[in-house]
Amino acid sequence: MEALPSASRVDLARALRQTAITALIAFGLLLPLIGFNTVQNIRNEIVLQARWPLLAALVAIIAAGRFVHAIFIAPTLARRALRPRREDAERAATHARRVRWLTPFTLGFALLYPALALSIVGTQGAVKWIDNFGVQILIYVMLGWGLNIVVGLAGLLDLGYVAFYAVGAYSYALLANTFGLSFWILLPVAGCLAAFWGILLGFPVLRLRGDYLAIVTLAFGEIIRLILINWVPVTNGYAGISSIPRPTFFGIPFNASDEGFAARFGLEFSPVYRTIFLYYVILALALLTAAMTVRLRRLPVGRAWEALREDEIACRSLGINTTNTKLTAFAMGAMFAGFAGSFFAARQGFISPESFTFTESAVIVAIVVLGGMGSLLGVAIAAVIMIGGTEIMRELDFLKAIFGNNFDPTQYRMLLFGFAMVLIMVWRPRGLISTREPSTLLNAPRASILREQKSTQPSLARERHG
Amino acid sequence: MEVFVQQLINGITLGSIYGLIAIGYTMVFGIIGMVNFAHGDVFMVSAFIALITLLLLTTWLGIGSFVIALFVVLIVAMLFTSLVNWAIERVAYRPLRGSFRLAPLISAIGMSIFLSNFVQVAQGPRVKSIPPFFNEVIVLTPEGSGYEVAISYKQIVVWLVTAALLLVFWFVVSKTALGRAQRACEQDQKMAALLGIDVDRTVSITFVIAAALAAVAGTMYLMYYGVVSFADGFVPGVKAFTAAVLGGIGSLPGAVIGGLLIGLIETMWSAYFSIDYKDVAAFSILAITMIFLPQGILGRPDVEKV
Repeated sequence: MEALPSASRVDLARALRQTAITALIAFGLLLPLIGFNTVQNIRNEIVLQARWPLLAALVAIIAAGRFVHAIFIAPTLARRALRPRREDAERAATHARRVRWLTPFTLGFALLYPALALSIVGTQGAVKWIDNFGVQILIYVMLGWGLNIVVGLAGLLDLGYVAFYAVGAYSYALLANTFGLSFWILLPVAGCLAAFWGILLGFPVLRLRGDYLAIVTLAFGEIIRLILINWVPVTNGYAGISSIPRPTFFGIPFNASDEGFAARFGLEFSPVYRTIFLYYVILALALLTAAMTVRLRRLPVGRAWEALREDEIACRSLGINTTNTKLTAFAMGAMFAGFAGSFFAARQGFISPESFTFTESAVIVAIVVLGGMGSLLGVAIAAVIMIGGTEIMRELDFLKAIFGNNFDPTQYRMLLFGFAMVLIMVWRPRGLISTREPSTLLNAPRASILREQKSTQPSLARERHG
Repeated sequence: MEVFVQQLINGITLGSIYGLIAIGYTMVFGIIGMVNFAHGDVFMVSAFIALITLLLLTTWLGIGSFVIALFVVLIVAMLFTSLVNWAIERVAYRPLRGSFRLAPLISAIGMSIFLSNFVQVAQGPRVKSIPPFFNEVIVLTPEGSGYEVAISYKQIVVWLVTAALLLVFWFVVSKTALGRAQRACEQDQKMAALLGIDVDRTVSITFVIAAALAAVAGTMYLMYYGVVSFADGFVPGVKAFTAAVLGGIGSLPGAVIGGLLIGLIETMWSAYFSIDYKDVAAFSILAITMIFLPQGILGRPDVEKV
């Protein structure tokens, strides 16, 4: 006990040294790009402007952060590392309990969300909240769940997932504009076309694994985007496709006319009805994805996906057809992206290649990985945090009062997004919900049984999963 | 014929820039087996550092000599970019060593997004262009012929600087203790550690060298094209990665050969087919190489052990 104060004094000296080193490095890192700004002057020449106060402020913030870390956070973490770790089985059980409790709660909240928004902010404000937060997040939840089949279950990292999203969106936009078919007919068509592309692009990459597979899928995604940009007669290039028909309520359009939704049901016209309808459509589509995933995991093909993820060679030596297994994963994942894409086109009424850049793919991959590949609830939570978080950046107007009128929080969206990706990878490389329960075990002892055994015979239980 | 020779000259210039970036990919992949996705953005950052240094020298300090300015810009860009890449490795990749296979790749993607957006926020989204300088060309064709084939001084500078730095770099990797340590870590990290090699330090130095070469590429890019923007990291990065794969990932001469090939293919494609689809060509080569020739031209086939 007497040793503690002296130890903390030593720590202070070390913390100060670490802080000084960090400040020096931060100064070096930020000196060129923050210390100087390149601006155009009146004669349109490029000139330098020094920004010493900004540089000093940022270095000070980083140094302060490092100091706090060295003094408070690091010792806490070190103490926590000394504490005995909970047994795996126990953690799995806590996790299972948490999921059991969280799932119906989340589902209930998702179902009641439009009503909540309506009652809290009224009809006018609700459109923004349901559209920007509800629909936007649910699109990413659905894309995350779709990609989860490829990345989380089959273990194939797909960095070009947005290509299938684009295929779905352009299928709907082109077919609806050319043939005048309705959203509900084209939704499955878009899904099928995307699945077809999934198989088409899946074929050549069958032999690849890991990083290489990821890079080739990235290349395919970019090729599709570049074709969308350059094939102007069909896709209209950068300008994109506009005036895409909006979905109707089973034939009843959402407009102010006498035939419109509001008039038919004797309601006052408001754009909020369409938004609520869209919200429930994407919710239903997302839940369909989740339900399919849950069911597929129990089918032989789902088991094969998970086996493939764990060990491809073992999988092949057990007689599993890895070609078909990979292709079904690609096709399934692509199909859901196609659904989401056609929904996206119908919701926006306008699409252009800008919406299908590599960054979008990276965002979806980030959601799946941060959610803890394979966990549906984790992916949903990650989508809410990442997309909801970036959407909230748009709402932070009060920051202008602090940082001046030129401050635009939306500029920092992707900056923080990239930073969060790195941070969460370093902090929890396995994702937010990281316990990946195998779908099946040989002679599976339930976690609860294991716990009982442990309380009576600790040594035996440890042997069992040691 | 004249068009071909001209495109050959342009292609080699572009290819040397790709080759310099490709070495960074191939070295990092060789030593820790990860695709350093942020490397293209490190290259872009280095071009910005070069831009700022150049402006500092010419407008604030009033240095008029092109040779001195270029030399100082190269050194400064190499130093600061090395620091950036060193810090990236420490913060984003080192904690993930020994984690599951895709973790560093995802962290690198995050880093790539972070870097390009950081530059966008810090320096603004506009394309930055430097005032034109050093525009003299040497006309190779006799006077009066229809199509002029010309080599610009800039292109000669790019070739000379690239060749000189590749020579230095080759010397470091093949003749010094540092290079031996690096090759040892590539073959077997555990064994290298047992023999007293500081693996962490070697990996750090690999990132520093990769960044220094990327900085040379960034400076050359800025000088050659005269423009740079925050979004210029992604596509050159992917093309350089293609070069590294085409040459055989892990092989250093392979990266240079791959870079030259990609540069030539790109310029020839733009000249003879369609400039709109030149990136499609590059991405297609990437996919085709990875699928049909995953070991590349000079690489060793990857044997999978159970």
